[in-house]
Amino acid sequence: MAAPADSGCWFPALALGVSFLKCLFINAYHSTDFEVHRNWLAITHSLPVSRWYYENTSDWTLDYPPLFAWFEFGLSHVAQHFDRNMLQVENLNYASPSTVLFQRLSVIFTDVVFIYAVRECCRCVQVRKGSRDVLSRPSFVLAVLLLWNFGLLILDHIHFQYNGFLFGFLLLSVAKHLQSQHLQGALLFAILFNLKHIYLYVAPAYGIYLLRSYCFTQDNKDGSVRWTSFSPLRLLALGGIVVSVCALSFGPFVAMGQLPQVLSRLFPFKRGLCHAYWAPNVWALYNVLDKGLAVLGVRLKLLEEAELPRASMTGGLVQEFQHSVLPSVSPSVTLVCTLLSILPAVVSIWWRPRGARGFLRCLLLCALGSFMFGWHVHEKAILIAILPLSILAVESREDAGIFLVLTTTGHYSLFPLIFTPAELPIKVSLMLMFTIFSFTALRKLHSGQRSLLRPVEVAYLLGLVAVAIACEVVFPLSPWQQRLPFLPLLATSVYCSVGVSYSFLRLYGSLLRCEDKPKQL
Amino acid sequence: MQTWSLVSICVLLGVVVRWGVSLNSYSGAGKPPMFGDYEAQRHWQEVTYNLPLQEWYFNTTDNDLNYWGLDYPPLTAYHSWICAYIAKIINPDWVELHKSRGYESPTHKLFMRTTVLVADLLVYIPAVVLYCLYLTDGSSKKKVSTLLCFLLYPGLILIDYGHFQYNGVSLGFALWGILALGLGWDVSGSMAFSLALNYKQMELYHALPFFCYLLGKCIKVGLMGRGLFLLVRIAATVLATFALCWLPFLSDPSQALQVVRRIFPVARGLFEDKVANTWCSLNTLIKIRSILSGDSQLYLSLACTLLAVLPSSFRLLTKPTFWHFKLALANSSLAFFLFSYQVHEKSILLAALPACLLLNDLPLVAIWFLQASTFSMLPLFLKDGLLVPYAVTSLAFLFLSIYLLSALDHCSEDELRLGAYNKLFFCLPRMDLARIVRWKFYISVAVMAGLSIVSVALVPPPHLPDLFPVMLSMAAFLHFFGTFVYFHVVQFSGPPSRKSQKKNN
Repeated sequence: MAAPADSGCWFPALALGVSFLKCLFINAYHSTDFEVHRNWLAITHSLPVSRWYYENTSDWTLDYPPLFAWFEFGLSHVAQHFDRNMLQVENLNYASPSTVLFQRLSVIFTDVVFIYAVRECCRCVQVRKGSRDVLSRPSFVLAVLLLWNFGLLILDHIHFQYNGFLFGFLLLSVAKHLQSQHLQGALLFAILFNLKHIYLYVAPAYGIYLLRSYCFTQDNKDGSVRWTSFSPLRLLALGGIVVSVCALSFGPFVAMGQLPQVLSRLFPFKRGLCHAYWAPNVWALYNVLDKGLAVLGVRLKLLEEAELPRASMTGGLVQEFQHSVLPSVSPSVTLVCTLLSILPAVVSIWWRPRGARGFLRCLLLCALGSFMFGWHVHEKAILIAILPLSILAVESREDAGIFLVLTTTGHYSLFPLIFTPAELPIKVSLMLMFTIFSFTALRKLHSGQRSLLRPVEVAYLLGLVAVAIACEVVFPLSPWQQRLPFLPLLATSVYCSVGVSYSFLRLYGSLLRCEDKPKQL
Repeated sequence: MQTWSLVSICVLLGVVVRWGVSLNSYSGAGKPPMFGDYEAQRHWQEVTYNLPLQEWYFNTTDNDLNYWGLDYPPLTAYHSWICAYIAKIINPDWVELHKSRGYESPTHKLFMRTTVLVADLLVYIPAVVLYCLYLTDGSSKKKVSTLLCFLLYPGLILIDYGHFQYNGVSLGFALWGILALGLGWDVSGSMAFSLALNYKQMELYHALPFFCYLLGKCIKVGLMGRGLFLLVRIAATVLATFALCWLPFLSDPSQALQVVRRIFPVARGLFEDKVANTWCSLNTLIKIRSILSGDSQLYLSLACTLLAVLPSSFRLLTKPTFWHFKLALANSSLAFFLFSYQVHEKSILLAALPACLLLNDLPLVAIWFLQASTFSMLPLFLKDGLLVPYAVTSLAFLFLSIYLLSALDHCSEDELRLGAYNKLFFCLPRMDLARIVRWKFYISVAVMAGLSIVSVALVPPPHLPDLFPVMLSMAAFLHFFGTFVYFHVVQFSGPPSRKSQKKNN
């Protein structure tokens, strides 16, 4: 915390510290994702490539793109030195101590990518003169916000996933764009979406930005595109990179004629509109409105209770359900909504490119837009917006305000992921730690007269505290626990979706307002 | 950033680390028939809840003292009794008489771990925070760094949250006593320390410095005037606190005597297992236990302990300043650990507390000693299945404390207070002592790491099954003895000079 010497030497301390902390969670609760990844290790290790996307002994079939499967294949070669039995496909739900140790350590060690990416991001942050105190240096604050991110810690190291590794690629690619090394950035992003296809959601931002700001080398005086400055060579280079990465990843499967099977595994539209636990997005609000109207209708005798489709919307494995009053939503509707929501952002960076920071803002809006309107969105996807927003938050006062609202609500919406009582103290303490740090550090960073938050936002966040206490403490002791077990989840996702929607709108506002007064960055 | 937010982040980090360690196994998990300290604490809850207070310390049909009989002072018993009440509300099976023996379940583990955390949050952690904020010098950032290192000391965390004990309570009360003495509230300080003594008799390791500091202060003020008044007030407070704690046992002298007999079991031998003190280390050369009778062992250790404690206590008596008090605490507890009778490896925690107090003043040596103290308990951690938390917390502590307190940058001869060595060895050519110390530190860390790896990875030769634990305790003993000598030299070489204090900041 107190760095005595000059800059830079605090970074290893932060990174090492958080890595040690991660090691302490090795014996903590892990979700079924642990078994998912163990199964993938087994599949990739013991079966030929041609069987990878057909194997279905376990329910948790391989549904990530091929590069990730190769990543698991690589890991499995280390895994065999820990415990050979975890590499057998038939060994369902196998979790010996050495398997746990290996899997946990694999997450901790692959986070090196993330740590490196954070270091690169910190280099891109503009350093203000005069702040000699390490604690109020933007790069220090950014490093803490990213490395010690609450969501990433509980998601990867308690719940179990490899998000740190994947976000490493995303942040590294963003950092490369900030450093104007566009080809490297494009390469990293191509690798990223071949590791996990959820990142395709932010692909429009990449595509438009690279086309507009990299393939067109000059602008007109008023900032509009100068068509004559188009450089086909650059487009060719970009296209070559993306196509060759995709060919490397999907090529073998195309050659084997398995592409349709692979794609059907990657995009399972048979799942429902909302995940078992609703992500805090527009559809959560929509569902609640529907439920509310149904109840109201029954009360007012406008609807017959027997006619209503009987399905509990959060009933765990019940994936598809019908709305009772409002029209049901189909995947194509969500796709159209998503596209519409990101369209203004994409058009805006085509119209008025504002450098890499404008691109970052557009990327955020794509991530948030797909989170708000997407089909079967997981609550975990909020991190795609939170992490890159950290970069903007340390640079601008307004973004810092948005960041605080979005991070606090987004992180709180992750609470239901870790529901075991043994991990409760960890998640509460970590969340408090991160929140206290982000509030005080950002405030110090943007030292000014006004508070970073508006009164409405303060009231909303205080309400979040009330919701948290009600859901975590009061509800389990109350008689409703038996009758309405899903009430806390419902309350959490609805309350959080308000905050996320608000941040989305404010972020849009900031993008469109920038348009009026183009600023060189 | 404001100090309050840094402090709360440090405390929360301390809580997270503690809870992270507590997710691991505990002593005697799934090892009938005796289990371990976890079962002992649970058994005390069972006994205190179900039996009348008069039977707690006696061997009766319902209270088999051979099965984890209560052998701590009354405050521990009361604490168990309170915990038992809460346990009874949650699940009566946990404390049912006889039937609950060896009860283990994930929920029960969660409950027991929570009681440790609650006790820590109430007693130990606030004391640490206040100590670091009010009684260490330097900028607020420096204070916060010290606080973080203090809170993250791995030995205490691993014993309390891994192995399972409530050392945080007794050490916390002692720390409240130290804190009060440092702030000049002698009466409340002596009360807090009496509570510590009544929670765990091991706190006697710290008793002599408390006594000497207070007496020395009274003498300094003037034994014929205000000093006498102060002395009487302190004595009255101590007596009253003790009387209050022992009140239920005072009605019958046999009760009180039995408690005392339980607390000081002299029949258990000079040392047990492999503990890093003088007797156990001497045992590799001379088999003391077969040469001397039980009584003479007792007297020998008593004499040696007294001899070892006296110099620093006498020095404190003549110079009752807070600086000397801290050093005397370290010296006295180390003397007790090294020479006294029936020492457990966990007792090193009592010496670790004063070392934590010195983190800000003598960073390198304090870190070095704290690291060695954690290392000395490795056999215990291995038995409990705490290898991963041991490795993680000690490495983290080593890196973080060296970085935060910039221990390796602040080790000039002056800052290490090595001036006295040069005076002692004036006949030898002058050497760069600071560099020697630094190299010794590197070598010692390498040795500790090497021995840790060896005792985990290698199987000892069949004719020497205890080879690694003995080597380990010998290495730890050398560290402790070296620290013991060093702290004496510092205590006798005069108060810290103002100049070096300023430089430290």
